[in-house]
Amino acid sequence: MLPIAAVVWQSRAGGVSTFWSVVSDAEAVSALELSIVSALAVAGINAVAGTVIAWVLVRDDFRGRSLVNAIIDLPFALPTIVAGLTLIALYGPRSPVGIDVTGTRTAVALALLFVTLPFVVRAVQPVLLELDTEMEEAARSLGAGEGTVFRRIVLPNILPGILSGVALAFARAVGEIGALVLISGNLPFKTQVASVFIFLHIQSGDRAGASAVAVVLLAISFAVLLVVGAIRHFATRYERA
Amino acid sequence: MHSAALRRLSLRGLALFYLLAVLIGPVAIVVWRTFDNGIGHVWSTLTDPAVVHAFVLTVEIAAIAVPINTVFGIAVGLAIVRRDFPLKGLLNAFIDLPLALSPVVVGLSLFLLYGRGGWLGDWFARHGVQILFALPAMVLATIFVSLPFVAREVIPTLREIGDEQEQAARTLGATGWQTFWRITLPSIRWAVIYGVVLTTARCLGEYGAVAIVSGRIEGQTQTATLAVEDRYDNFDLPGAYSISMVLAVMAILVLTAMIVLKPKEAER
Repeated sequence: MLPIAAVVWQSRAGGVSTFWSVVSDAEAVSALELSIVSALAVAGINAVAGTVIAWVLVRDDFRGRSLVNAIIDLPFALPTIVAGLTLIALYGPRSPVGIDVTGTRTAVALALLFVTLPFVVRAVQPVLLELDTEMEEAARSLGAGEGTVFRRIVLPNILPGILSGVALAFARAVGEIGALVLISGNLPFKTQVASVFIFLHIQSGDRAGASAVAVVLLAISFAVLLVVGAIRHFATRYERA
Repeated sequence: MHSAALRRLSLRGLALFYLLAVLIGPVAIVVWRTFDNGIGHVWSTLTDPAVVHAFVLTVEIAAIAVPINTVFGIAVGLAIVRRDFPLKGLLNAFIDLPLALSPVVVGLSLFLLYGRGGWLGDWFARHGVQILFALPAMVLATIFVSLPFVAREVIPTLREIGDEQEQAARTLGATGWQTFWRITLPSIRWAVIYGVVLTTARCLGEYGAVAIVSGRIEGQTQTATLAVEDRYDNFDLPGAYSISMVLAVMAILVLTAMIVLKPKEAER
């Protein structure tokens, strides 16, 4: 398994010399920008939607809840290229609901939302399950409104979960290719994300360009891993104290 | 009370609507779309020799990558939990890298390493071994992207069970191997199986890394996911749907296995 280290090193070494000239190329900048901005947006939506879904799964009770709970993991099990195709089936040219997003940035966001769905839900859910409702009831009996209870009691407890889920969702979204390669149209300066840029530039023999953008993605991945590690470290230390 | 019920219902509605729009809706529609053009087209697509080959190749790659990652995952898990060595924290963090890294970057790394002018590419070329655009590179790419799953499941379980039983076994004269086979492995088996299920799902569905290192030659290095893309690019949407259906059924089997295995892990 040692080649991995060499592999990572090689991909860096390939791009360092011409790094700046290539990475500041307009097409590369546009692809990176799209990847980062849409990953940020998608991570933000996940923070809210994922928390709501986790809340509903833990605190609410309705018929079919366990089925919904099971379906949450589907994006982890489904091949990403299939995920992209399913989105085309519903939001493509022959959409039964009359929405066609192919070749737009909405398509990029939709594909990313699909594949990142489980991260926040699965990070928040176990914390909510373990969270004692006594604290919330105490706050309520002391006259706190629902908003206050959530903000002062629930949120501080689930925040580390939300943040690490968001960070992982962001990392996944920045590097995603399979889910969006079919639906986004891969138009340079419009819907071409960083990973597709790398892919197409390898195909056309531009190793320097592909490597330079890859190094940026690599740096982002390392940063996210560091952030997640720090969150975990902080959360467990907070628990012990 | 009334407003609490209303809040709960609206939250439930919001969560379910989001799931329907992003996840359940698309997956349901694809099933319907697949059979739009009749069962005949589905059948002719799935019996096409190139498609059959793609599925066989996908399973072959998984059959090599999954056992390797299983052994590696258990070994790394044991090393991280039971042993102490320099740079352990680094290894622990590094294990997660494939989860946070774009598969395209993985593909590119292998491409540079084993391609023309790469560190290992030239050496293998001199010895007449084809790595890139052949099975070895595809297996390597798949191993890389599915690396962390077994280790990630095994590590918390190993921590939880502690090493008292292992020490007891050793005190009673068991060798390292005996302790591993009789004590350690049986107590982490559900975690291992769960990790294997996740690894298998990832191996069968890998696209980005394999797309780069395979060369995507139909009937030779085209996997199932690459066949989906190929059909789509050649305007054979029903064909793409048909192959996707098979992959989706595999995913649902994996999902079912995950549900069946999860409670068992929690029980202990």
